[in-house]
Amino acid sequence: MSISEKLPNIETRTVVALVEDRPGVLARIAGFFRRQGFNIESLAVGKSEKIGLSRMTFVVEGPPDVIGLVAAKLDRLIEIVEVTDITDQNFAYREMALIKINADEKIRGEILQLANVFRVRVVDVGTEEMTIETTGDSKKINSLIELMNQYGILEIMRTGRVAVLRSSLEINKKKES
Amino acid sequence: MTKKTGGQIVCEGLLKQGVDTVFGIPGGAILPLYGSLSQFPDLRHILVRHEQGASHAADGYARITGKAGVCFATSGPGATNLITGLATAMMDSSPVVAITGQVARPGIGKDSFQETDITGATLPVTKHSYLVMDPKDLARVIKEAFYIATTGRPGPVLIDIPRDVFAESIDFDDSIWDEPIDLPGYHPPTIADFKDVKSAAKLIDSSKKPVILAGHGVIISHAYRELKDLAEKCQIPVVTTLLGISSFPEDHILSLSFPGMHGVAWASLALHEADLIIAIGSRFDDRITGDTKRFAIRSKKIHIDIDPAEINKNIKIDVPLIGNVKDVLNQLNPIVEQKTHQDWVRTIEQMKADHPSLRIKETDDLLGQHVIKAIFEETEGKAIVVTGVGQHQMWAAQHYHFYTQNSWVTSGGLGTMGFEVPAAMGAQVGKPDHNVWSIAGDGGFQMTMSELATIVENNIPVKFAIMNNNHLGMITQWQELFFDKDYQANSYTANPDFVKLANAYGMKSRRVERQEDLKDAINEAEEHPGPFLIDFIIKKEENVYPMIPSGQSVEELMEEPI
Repeated sequence: MSISEKLPNIETRTVVALVEDRPGVLARIAGFFRRQGFNIESLAVGKSEKIGLSRMTFVVEGPPDVIGLVAAKLDRLIEIVEVTDITDQNFAYREMALIKINADEKIRGEILQLANVFRVRVVDVGTEEMTIETTGDSKKINSLIELMNQYGILEIMRTGRVAVLRSSLEINKKKES
Repeated sequence: MTKKTGGQIVCEGLLKQGVDTVFGIPGGAILPLYGSLSQFPDLRHILVRHEQGASHAADGYARITGKAGVCFATSGPGATNLITGLATAMMDSSPVVAITGQVARPGIGKDSFQETDITGATLPVTKHSYLVMDPKDLARVIKEAFYIATTGRPGPVLIDIPRDVFAESIDFDDSIWDEPIDLPGYHPPTIADFKDVKSAAKLIDSSKKPVILAGHGVIISHAYRELKDLAEKCQIPVVTTLLGISSFPEDHILSLSFPGMHGVAWASLALHEADLIIAIGSRFDDRITGDTKRFAIRSKKIHIDIDPAEINKNIKIDVPLIGNVKDVLNQLNPIVEQKTHQDWVRTIEQMKADHPSLRIKETDDLLGQHVIKAIFEETEGKAIVVTGVGQHQMWAAQHYHFYTQNSWVTSGGLGTMGFEVPAAMGAQVGKPDHNVWSIAGDGGFQMTMSELATIVENNIPVKFAIMNNNHLGMITQWQELFFDKDYQANSYTANPDFVKLANAYGMKSRRVERQEDLKDAINEAEEHPGPFLIDFIIKKEENVYPMIPSGQSVEELMEEPI
């Protein structure tokens, strides 16, 4: 459950930014969020299709009257080449999780069966434990985690959200209107 | 290719950027840069007494010339002493370029002597910053730094350079100076969306009670002519923000002075009653709006600003015009209709009659208001006036009437006590032929008065007016009004004799205690070719009125109980 579901005066925004790939850039962005009092729910960074530029997806939470300006304010940072608050647009997003669970040979089969329903992949198997990998939206990952809890989860590693705008129709319509 | 040291590249870069003066003070890490200075006699270095003085001086220079002001400081304490000045410049959008020495590259991160992560420490108070780890990057960084500082919404840029980067000699190709700047993430807007301009014009044409709220952006973009054209064509009264003072001549029939916490009543009331506010290069600061929920609720708002993040930040905007103020006004002015607003102007005239905010009460005492009024009269509204923050600042804003473009330098956003001494020095260096008056309180003056030595040493002819009431006046006022007269830490019982102090620095000075001596003393200071200090002993426990208490609205306006 994210904070936004708990507190009515907190809003969550998903922001995608294309940034120069240089030392100190992430510190500037993180410093900006800290000054504004925004909480970073998740942050994903990786190289983009353009040389020297990385693409970041942030999910940030803050008071509605301030967080609405998050993209405009981030754009003040010199190293941010493009930034869009995509929250109110049609976007596709995924999250990945690696989950290590107790799995001795007696229950391994049962887990694998369940895992199939969720279309997860097995990454690693040991004598007493196994690690599975899943991709999807946060809801799907939360359900899987809940399900795996009965076996005893040893470790969870989640990536946070990566997002892209869905192409086409909707955006073009928006531009026209 | 020629061999050049990092220090030489920095000096050459500064000259190429049109820098003529640097305010600074050396230390170990920046010494190799000072070692190069003697080879560049066109770079005037003014040795300050404290780094805070260097940063405020660079700021004062920048505001008055429109060029970047430059300061040097060494690593560690030298660099941290700049921070107040950088924060002041950041809040008031002033183009300052600070160059700091850093410990040598192998020492970084090892708690070396005088090491501070200054790019980290200044992140929130700079528009941008650089740590240059390779002398090959210096030329590019200098060019970018000045470009970023002076374009778009201006602001301070810090360049941190390790000692051994200054000292290292590299093969340098002069053509690098001509390479274009490539900042893919930095494209300041110029003109606004034409559809928005048309919507704005429609609002202006249909409004019956419009007010222009002109801010610092008008001065920064040199849009004096364009602002005047818009005001005159549509007969719109002009309120200026505190930092917008001197963007519009205060002897103009449409000038309404400044609104807000200590602004004149009619300016606040005009904003309150307006049906349209055209905010130009201003940011709806809380000192103007008070309670945002009750601020100017009857009006639509047009907001012209170069910084998109200012739109809807404090006040909901109906038509945003994102672009450079001058360019946007040039788009807007031709398409608005010529108009008059006789009823509205008459209403405002009535507000002025009902609320004589600038009337000075009858008294034999010497008041701060008398001092400012006298300086205004003797300088005929043509001086450059520099202030810090507090009562003296508000009296100066109220009772000096500015007839000259960009002649008011004050720490508005950050509200920095002590700004007035070094910033006046910087302003005077930037405009050597102008009369510069530093209006100071006895509190703020003592924060940076060590720069008197710099001023005397360089014969910088600033005139100082200390409004001396042996109190932190604004603190006293707030404690009287909002803390049940529980006066704490507000009185200075052991002030130095400022006349003797000035003399000790080698500066001419005199004291004024009576209204009848004002004129003579001010004229003596004006006629003296060098710096001059006047210690005005003003009445204690005198409040600044009008006042809108913090977070309230014009409905709670407090006026002078006469």
